[in-house]
Amino acid sequence: MSEIDLATVNWARAQFILTAMYHWIFVPLTLGLSFLCAFFESMYVRTGNEDWKRITKFWMTLFGINFAIGVATGIILEFQFGTNWSNYSWMVGDIFGAPLAIEGLLAFFLEATFFAVMFFGWDRTSKGFHLFATWMVAIGSNLSALWILVANGWMQYPLGMVFNPESARFEMQNFGEVLFAPIAIAKFTHTTSSSFVVGSLFVITISSYYLLRGRHVDMAKKSIIVASVFGLLASLFTAFTGDESAFNNGRFQPMKLAAYEGLFDGAKGAEIVALGVLNSGKRLGDGQEPFAFEVSIPHGLSVLAKREWNAFVPGIKDLVYGNEAEGIMPVAEKMKKGKAAIADLAAIQEAGKAGDEQAKAAALKRFRENQDYLGFGYLDTPEEVVPPVATTYYSFHGMVFLGSFFILLLMLYLYFSYKETLEDKTWLLVLGFFSFFMALTASELGWVVAEVGRQPWAIQDLMPVKVATTNIAAGHVKATFFMFFVLFAVLLLAEIKIMLRQIKIGPEGV
Amino acid sequence: MIANLDMVVLQQIWWIICSVVGALFLFLTFVQGGQTLLWQVAKGEIERSLVINSLGRKWELTFTTLVLFGGALFAAFPKFYATSFGGAYWVWMLILFSFIIQAVSYEYRTKPANLLGEKVYELFLFINGSVGILLIGVAVGTFFTGSNFTLNSMNQVTWTNSLRGVEGAFSFFNLSLGIFLVLNARVLGSMYLVNNIDFTETPDLEVRLRKACLANFLYSLPFLLYVLVALLVIDGYGFDENGVVSMVSFKYLGNLLAMPAVLGMLLVGIILVVMGVLRTSLASGTNGIWFGGLGTVLVGLAIFFTAGFNNTAFYPSKVDLQSSLSIYNASSSHYTLTVMTYVAFLIPFVLGYVTYAWRQMDSRKIDMKDLADDKAY
Repeated sequence: MSEIDLATVNWARAQFILTAMYHWIFVPLTLGLSFLCAFFESMYVRTGNEDWKRITKFWMTLFGINFAIGVATGIILEFQFGTNWSNYSWMVGDIFGAPLAIEGLLAFFLEATFFAVMFFGWDRTSKGFHLFATWMVAIGSNLSALWILVANGWMQYPLGMVFNPESARFEMQNFGEVLFAPIAIAKFTHTTSSSFVVGSLFVITISSYYLLRGRHVDMAKKSIIVASVFGLLASLFTAFTGDESAFNNGRFQPMKLAAYEGLFDGAKGAEIVALGVLNSGKRLGDGQEPFAFEVSIPHGLSVLAKREWNAFVPGIKDLVYGNEAEGIMPVAEKMKKGKAAIADLAAIQEAGKAGDEQAKAAALKRFRENQDYLGFGYLDTPEEVVPPVATTYYSFHGMVFLGSFFILLLMLYLYFSYKETLEDKTWLLVLGFFSFFMALTASELGWVVAEVGRQPWAIQDLMPVKVATTNIAAGHVKATFFMFFVLFAVLLLAEIKIMLRQIKIGPEGV
Repeated sequence: MIANLDMVVLQQIWWIICSVVGALFLFLTFVQGGQTLLWQVAKGEIERSLVINSLGRKWELTFTTLVLFGGALFAAFPKFYATSFGGAYWVWMLILFSFIIQAVSYEYRTKPANLLGEKVYELFLFINGSVGILLIGVAVGTFFTGSNFTLNSMNQVTWTNSLRGVEGAFSFFNLSLGIFLVLNARVLGSMYLVNNIDFTETPDLEVRLRKACLANFLYSLPFLLYVLVALLVIDGYGFDENGVVSMVSFKYLGNLLAMPAVLGMLLVGIILVVMGVLRTSLASGTNGIWFGGLGTVLVGLAIFFTAGFNNTAFYPSKVDLQSSLSIYNASSSHYTLTVMTYVAFLIPFVLGYVTYAWRQMDSRKIDMKDLADDKAY
């Protein structure tokens, strides 16, 4: 292993945060709005009512503006694995490359091909084929989410592979295990359903604006009905898949769970903090109370994470320093095993070069015993396995709070739409107007929980982020960081300005 | 069935698949070529809009093909992905940049309140078509001229030139290949536009496009000739049965002679491009793009096959020959290649629906009516 340059690691990390979070401004809207466009157009094809066609075309215009910048920012993410994280790309490329390639072949081409039909094919293709194209764009976008989330899920809970010490990389052994990993399924369903909520609330926000202004009233009301039905169903499903994700964390990523729940000391029948403020002075093992203020539900966490009333949920302390009674190994011991694995790795290669088959076999045998702890060998202290607790905790609670709020909000929209009194409920329309921004925030917070909560690992337990980077001077990564930063700022500003102008023009203009 | 194939066969299959995707990308750079022709051939608002709207229906295909090319290389030859992208950092970053600015430009160019103004978005398209394609050519050129890197026992890359890949542009061979690709894209771009636009109301545009086709082809000839002649005479990076890499004189000439089919592809490809140019510029045909396109694909395949087959290191290192990558030491495992080969059976299906949608959309040429459409670029 070459020297680790922490400045490079941090700039690469910053660049990933910047590009991923920026990309994610546009993605959930694409995932959700594409289906809404398909719904609107289906209504048009079924009823033949030109109003629905106008509605479809209006939302499609906004979809297109958003889609373009989503594509532009997406390409960076794929190539960034190579440019900034080349050690990672080599070590897991045998597994990680496949879903990325499949995403390109099976999803991006659907999107790219039918996007052109959807936008320019109104007069060039039949009504039926055009509708088909719109559905294909929606399905293609969501399929691309599937493949990238399979890849992400694998990083969170790696399986279906074995380490090959000769080539110094992980090699895939079972594609089915990678694809159908429980964590991948939960990730895909939670991410797409929450994105449907984001898309629905985008429609609600703009339609509420029109209702508040008394403009395009008919179109706004029609849009709201479709969006709130879709959004409500999606938000209920999001809550369900969120629960599944927490259960997965309990099984596969207990440290992440402990961090976002603020659980320092593990307990049987652990309570869950519904509302609380962390004690910012709290350090691991100092005996201080973790919360300055809290409202808890008894046994809540045991039920959430283990689906058992009295199950033991390990806290951060248990996970770092071990808990013999519960069979949790201290990180210090895992580090010892990890360092032994790294030493044996070198021994295997040395013996291979020297042609000493016997020594090689012996080293390989030793390596296999410790290989599950490989990543721990690169850590400097046991405490390094603790992710930033406050960031993870507040992001998680913010996400859950907002998610619950959307369920209530969408129910109210649906109820008053049904009563035909929505237009008079100014307070609700104002709330609805802000809902898209809240939804986007919740969506980004979800990624913060998922990614910050698994630090320091690029691949859970096997590869810390700091050994994943390219061997490159920090200055290069810093330079590209700022290039992206400036470019993004300009493009985002352009996107917002264009979007606002189109909203102002409204459906009459399209 | 696939699982029983030898590793070597799978590696060769995947080099062929990656080459096909790469060669298709070169054909689809007619979009980039059209972008650099814009200011030169299209006079006035209407003509520019015709060109942009014609290209605008295809740009995503080119873009997606590039992404797939990257993805396929990652999945099949991850050591190349890690070595080249992490090592030749700036070349890839600049290429990436030129494609990011492309992706927003079609959609935003004529939208009201677009912040930067029409000209800047057109400039973005120009940069993508010139700098972007040039650098891709430079990157492909290093397949023959080599790069500056070493790999350690953990297969981690150390790049030994502080320009991180941009130094590749200082090789006359790489630069010539890059310029040739830019000019060839312009040849293809003019052929495509001649085929795709209804010129009833803009006859001058057609004349300029047909002229541009011939002119750019003539400009490209010296660069093509230089690349071809150099390729035939330079020393290349070959390896023996133990995988030991050494410099072999007339390596690439040897490859072409050892693989007559590849030589045939190269020659037929060039002839087809010439036929496409003649049909477009000297006759009044509109189907030159199909000749030029197929020709470009064949030439592209010949380039990639010459680089990767016949015991040749396709991503050689100048500073440490034994760090050079070949399709045999840079590939994924047997299992992964097998899985991916099953996935690749879907490629004809994808090509099928792309072709079907393309035909549906192009059944009528782009005309003034399209510009009046509310979704027009």
